Amino acid sequence: MQGREISGADIIVRALVDLGVDTIFGYPGGAVLPIYDALFRQKAIRHILVRHEQAAVHAAEGYARSTGKPGVVLVTSGPGATNAVTGITDALMDSIPIVVLTGQVATHLIGSDAFQECDTVGITRHCSKHNYLVKETARLGPVIHEAFHIATSGRPGPVVIDIPKNVQVATARYEKPSRIEHRTYRPRLKGDLSAIEAAVEMLAVAERPILYVGGGVINSGPGAAQLLRDLARLTKAPVTSTLMGLGAFPASDPQFLGMLGMHGTFEANMAMNQCDLMLCLGARFDDRVTGRLDGFSPHSRKIHVDIDPSSFNKTVRVDLCVEGDVGHVLEDMVKLWRARGHQAGGQDDWWNRIKGWRTRQSLAFTQEGPKIQPQHAIRRLWEATHKQNPIITTEVGQHQMWAAQHFDFEKPNKWLTSGGLGTMGYGLPAAIGAQLGNPKALVIDIAGEASIQMNIQELATATQYRLPVKVFVLNNEYMGMVRQWQDLTYEGRHSESYSDSLPDFVKLAEAYGWKGIRIETVDQLEQGIADMLTHDGPVFVDCMVEKHANCFPMIPSGATHTEMLLGPDQVAGKVDKSAEALV
Amino acid sequence: MRAVKSLFPEEAAERHTLSIMVDNEAGVLGRITGLFSARGYNIESLTVADVSAAGRLGDGAVSRITIVTSGPRRVIDQIVAQLDRLVPVHSVTDLSELGPHVERELALVKVAGTGEKRVEALRLADIFRARPVDTTTQSFVFEISGSTQKVDQFIALMREVGLVEVARGGVVAISRGAQPA
Repeated sequence: MQGREISGADIIVRALVDLGVDTIFGYPGGAVLPIYDALFRQKAIRHILVRHEQAAVHAAEGYARSTGKPGVVLVTSGPGATNAVTGITDALMDSIPIVVLTGQVATHLIGSDAFQECDTVGITRHCSKHNYLVKETARLGPVIHEAFHIATSGRPGPVVIDIPKNVQVATARYEKPSRIEHRTYRPRLKGDLSAIEAAVEMLAVAERPILYVGGGVINSGPGAAQLLRDLARLTKAPVTSTLMGLGAFPASDPQFLGMLGMHGTFEANMAMNQCDLMLCLGARFDDRVTGRLDGFSPHSRKIHVDIDPSSFNKTVRVDLCVEGDVGHVLEDMVKLWRARGHQAGGQDDWWNRIKGWRTRQSLAFTQEGPKIQPQHAIRRLWEATHKQNPIITTEVGQHQMWAAQHFDFEKPNKWLTSGGLGTMGYGLPAAIGAQLGNPKALVIDIAGEASIQMNIQELATATQYRLPVKVFVLNNEYMGMVRQWQDLTYEGRHSESYSDSLPDFVKLAEAYGWKGIRIETVDQLEQGIADMLTHDGPVFVDCMVEKHANCFPMIPSGATHTEMLLGPDQVAGKVDKSAEALV
Repeated sequence: MRAVKSLFPEEAAERHTLSIMVDNEAGVLGRITGLFSARGYNIESLTVADVSAAGRLGDGAVSRITIVTSGPRRVIDQIVAQLDRLVPVHSVTDLSELGPHVERELALVKVAGTGEKRVEALRLADIFRARPVDTTTQSFVFEISGSTQKVDQFIALMREVGLVEVARGGVVAISRGAQPA
């Protein structure tokens, strides 16, 4: 190896620059001071100072999901690392590529209960895709390069690198590795051709096919979304999407049935139930999607395309598994379909049934009187902004489901939400990360008044970096989804689900240097949204909505796709004990 | 060693022996055992040791972990898939699925007694080809190796002639024939 020895902290910065990193999200502390000093002495990487380490990880997730590049986090040992755990778990559940650098106490202190020591690799072992404790400075360069390779390839996910302080201070030589080849980790990109042939043949003879697409299509890159459109065109099959897959297929396309699952559309869930062939592309048969398993799509043959073979037959038994990157597999499927001269046909009856289900208008709502229906607010927000192709983030709860139902996405990487883990507090930091990765984009966090308070300190981060993010709170003064379940399952006993002692969000926003807007009645909605959009800076909109609206359609606990509740009049207020524990 | 909480209760549990080759690096055993506890899988026995050619730790060192687990077939398939996606795992072989393979277990069995019981213990040990590796006038420590059933049977018999304590090594296993599994 050539070159002089440099400190571990400088190696970290050099490696990050070599990997194309221009932004990292972090919070300093004792065990990472050498790295922060190295950052101070360089100009290639911009460090974004968050106000809580959890937010650093969500911001990195938002950056990654909206740009397709890995997000990078830097936090200190002990509480810095433990605060990051929720974000790391979130990234694991939703397959988001991030690399988290954590400081650690010096190697000779490890295990001595030193100040701000915690077992970071132990704690993050099962909530990361992989993790490292680097005990030698010379290993830092290779480990960082390998970590990025693992985070971004295969099924993406979070990788944690724990770096003791003395390793940051000691010196070693650093050289950019020519290529990364791991001894054991070799994710498969191309699908097995005979399996793909079988899939195409199954699709060609199907009379009632459906394409069930998930976040894997988005992770695979924009090419996969285009190929999905091609395959849908060729097969004329209806397309439904998971929460994480929204945007992979254009919402305005006549073949799109909307989201499926617990709060999916009637037509999507009925089509899943009644299809004779299901092609699952980069989704994982999550319990929120399947409903009760023994009643899930009973008459279909199922094909599952996934880059992670542990997703196969995990909950739903499928007839054909294709291991590979969904983009590569789609490409082969489209080629084969064309080469064999297959024609889509014989689906008139199928589409007629779908049309019948669509007439139920399961997402319909009535806006009457001065009170704002939350669905109406989302729809108006969409009307006012969709031409700008905004990036939408959300928190978790009713507002998230309403946004998924009523905000239409035409392109991938525009919808950032916490799907698997369901992390309240995700949306604001994710919006900050997305805005940094897309400085010119309109970025809106559609939030609830309860969730937004989980990471509200990040208002300061947006102010500091002059990020014009918008927060649009649907304020119903309830943890709405908790209350909804209490309405459905516990006879309306609202145990601790009322958002008491709310702050004056407008004043709070102003205190942080934001513009604050309150919308209280439906006639103020349009102007309020317009004011939000014209202000050149961060805006917090506190939109008061109907307090008791619940989110429909809904598949209740322990029910199947055919047993959807379409409105509040179908709510019994009680379920039996076996269903109560199920979902 | 708790019962497997199965998503597929209709299927009967099967006993499977898995052979897992892993990079011998810090924390790798924690990854494996943590995966079993986090996902509610069963471990009946687990053995691990470095099996690199040089037989010592260092860069490129490889360990073999042998796990005996039980569960319905689909759970076993999940266990294999989940293990296989861990980054330091080279390969996972379901030896029970593969077919003919050799399984052996070692146990040290301490027996105390005098007179006829002592003689009977020695006689039984001889039948089982268990070897005394420590003795006092009051006791023996027998070393026995063989299938899990054979070791179980021997221990059961020793109960009647003064069993004091047992140390078992867990199952080690390897495929038959000239090729690696």
